[in-house]
Amino acid sequence: MTIADRVPPVDLDLAARPPSSAFRRWLAPVTFAVFGLVEIFVLGLNAHHGDATFAFSQPFAKVTVPNLSLPAAVTCYVCGALTLLVAAVRAFLPLGPALRRVAIAVVIFLFIVALLCWADAGLTTAVNVVNLLQGTLNDSIPIMLGALTGVVCSRSGVINIAIEGQLLLGAFTAAMVCSVTGSLWLGLVCGALAGSLVAVLLAIFAIGYRVDQVILGVVLNILILGLTTYLYDDLMVPYQNTLNSPNTFSVFKIPLLGDIPILGPVFFDATIFLYLTYIALAGIQVGLFSTRWGLRTRAIGEHPIAADTVGIPVIAMRYRNVIAAGLIAGIGGAYFTIGSVGAFGPNMTSGEGYIALAAMIFGRYTPFGAIGAALLFGFTTQLQSIMSTLNTPIQSNLLLMTPYIVTIIVLAGLVGKVRGPRAEGIPYVKA
Amino acid sequence: MSDQASSSGPAAAAKKEDEQEPHASFGQSLRDSILEGHTVTIIILAIFTGFVVGGLLNAFTNTTVLHAWGNFFSAPGHAIAAAWDTAVGAYVAMFEGSIFNPHTVAALFQQASFATAVHDGYLSAVFNPLSETCVQATPLILAGLAVALPYQAGLFNIGAEGQLIGGMILATYLGYGVSLPFFVHVVVCVIGGFVGGAAIGWLVGELKARTGAHEVVVTIMMNYIMIYFLAYLLSFGYLMQAPHTSNEITSPIAGDAHLPLLFGSHLRINAGFLIALACAAGIWWLLNRTTTGFEFRSIGKNPSAARVAGMNVERNWVLVMLIAGGLAGLSGATVIQGTDFTLNFQSYGTYGITAITVALLGLGRPLGVVLAGLLFGALDAGAPLMQAATGTPVSMVQVLQAVIVLFVAAPPLIRTMYRLRATRAGGVGEVMSKGWNG
Repeated sequence: MTIADRVPPVDLDLAARPPSSAFRRWLAPVTFAVFGLVEIFVLGLNAHHGDATFAFSQPFAKVTVPNLSLPAAVTCYVCGALTLLVAAVRAFLPLGPALRRVAIAVVIFLFIVALLCWADAGLTTAVNVVNLLQGTLNDSIPIMLGALTGVVCSRSGVINIAIEGQLLLGAFTAAMVCSVTGSLWLGLVCGALAGSLVAVLLAIFAIGYRVDQVILGVVLNILILGLTTYLYDDLMVPYQNTLNSPNTFSVFKIPLLGDIPILGPVFFDATIFLYLTYIALAGIQVGLFSTRWGLRTRAIGEHPIAADTVGIPVIAMRYRNVIAAGLIAGIGGAYFTIGSVGAFGPNMTSGEGYIALAAMIFGRYTPFGAIGAALLFGFTTQLQSIMSTLNTPIQSNLLLMTPYIVTIIVLAGLVGKVRGPRAEGIPYVKA
Repeated sequence: MSDQASSSGPAAAAKKEDEQEPHASFGQSLRDSILEGHTVTIIILAIFTGFVVGGLLNAFTNTTVLHAWGNFFSAPGHAIAAAWDTAVGAYVAMFEGSIFNPHTVAALFQQASFATAVHDGYLSAVFNPLSETCVQATPLILAGLAVALPYQAGLFNIGAEGQLIGGMILATYLGYGVSLPFFVHVVVCVIGGFVGGAAIGWLVGELKARTGAHEVVVTIMMNYIMIYFLAYLLSFGYLMQAPHTSNEITSPIAGDAHLPLLFGSHLRINAGFLIALACAAGIWWLLNRTTTGFEFRSIGKNPSAARVAGMNVERNWVLVMLIAGGLAGLSGATVIQGTDFTLNFQSYGTYGITAITVALLGLGRPLGVVLAGLLFGALDAGAPLMQAATGTPVSMVQVLQAVIVLFVAAPPLIRTMYRLRATRAGGVGEVMSKGWNG
């Protein structure tokens, strides 16, 4: 084997490139236009008479913000018209990549406004925007932490599909340790270590034994799913009180910051998990793009041979990064049990690890992008619960599908071609 | 080694397929795959290791055993004996539930006359475990093929679950919604199952071909979409829920649409098993005897080279996902028409997930999938008796399956554990895997 065999081919995605560029060219504008037409002809025409009301403060808040009332049907029409305008601009004007992303954000925002107006039209209950955003942020914690784990692994050149397994084992371990010892903090630490344990398996097989990483991740997920279900059936069910009744972290409101109207309750009135997410986000963003560690991590993910040539220990660094990143996903898993629900249940992560993976790709392998995408997915779930409390004629099962449909739409159409780290998924063989 | 650099596999043994004679007969390739010493050795050792790990897990989480370990210093022998009894007892019960139970033979010979014993079902009872193994293996083989076929074309189809649900929905609807004469009805429902799954598979392939959306993420999302879609169809009297009930279940399919039983009414083994074997043979023929199959395998090895050679990579992606989806849909149809007869929210079970392990254990080859399907079918068939006899939860089987596949996926690990030497230069299992873009 010569060195040339081990260099990743220059154009890795030759095979993945679709030949039809006309299809790609029209995909985003047409999708936008469909959104606009839905807003006008489905939401606008079917909206009940009356206003939609939006509330911006929670009960008993120190500083209150007045409610906003919008005429529902008219708002839908305006949103639809604006969306069609964006579609036309996207179709006929040459937009840069930054403006294209702004266009996506605008279209999504307008659609959400139109949808909420349609749902709340003529009702006396207001849509509480603060509750909606607060719920979004809290529900997205596992997805955000999982996506951050994925970013670190991918940037190091390792595909991590085992995020789902890391979350699940983290949830299980946190619940069990917390129940046995009665200590929330010990539960949190052990949950994080459990995520790291899955990462150790991933690292040994992917980096050490060079197993195909996509397949490996899926097998690890099946293993953890089976293992936690088995241990749940075998131990937690008969000893529910001693092994599966953990406490949960209580909400800690940050003084002063927590009293800011709208922003305070959304960002600074939550459990420790949200604050840990901020720390992880800031740490990974700064770490990846402003430190020596980050430069080296990106180097081993893009071109490990070049990195090795200048003396970076590629294999050791991949091991370290993957295992350390596992801690983050483990904390995300612990949120399921000691952060929100309390007791562990089989398969309680219900695919959020996979959504985290999609969020990472949608977020273009950047920490902030991944967090943004994770929040979008969390928002659709939250939207579903609001819509069902407003008694909209949409079936809850159909609404529950939306995060997954959004993921497919996002991956297929709006996001365009995402280019991952060049050496991602390719094991490194030292010459 | 350099030709392996661009392709991928859970075990490098799958690669050797291209080294075999281009015109080998089915019998010969069967003999080859048995005689391929190191591959088979590693798989057998992986299965053995998996069972050992499963037994240890079982022994050290069982509560009576844990209690015995608590008294380890007063009665050390007792603790070890309890651990051994638990682990072995579970496997014995599993064997009796899936292959052969001596008690049934004893019961057969205690009857007054052989003729009445046969009439009363004592003979069937002897063969019942094997029949159950085949019943469990049927959907696993079909869904396993749905993962294995795209794998040959370089696609990893995790969406067997969603495609299976698609097939179940259409097969069930045709089963109770239309009335047709006996044979026609069975065929129409089976074809309906194929179409239902193929539609989902086609969508995934089309998205991959046209937009480059990675099939792994898309198929995972499709699984969840189909699960919620099924829940939607079954709930609130909408669309498919049986009339006059609040349960989330459809009406039973017509008797005409049942797959015929193969060995009398006492055994559940049905024509679905023959469909599964026929499909495995068909896929083997498709892969090894047709231009389409050649294109699939070429694209699996190196899509760029296949494109340069004039093959339409995108069209083949769509086609292979369509066939795979259809196979998964067939798998759903055999469950509905062979054993369940109604569709409820538990019908899809874990077939879709187990299918991935079946395909990987079978090294992505049709014959391997049949054997792996039978093994995992046997585990599934034996699990209920194991739980009844020893109290070990059924979910133990899922751990076993995943551990076995994890070992199969890493031949160097097994080789290190058992101090085997690599049989060929370069070493089997030095798999160069691919990234998202491959």
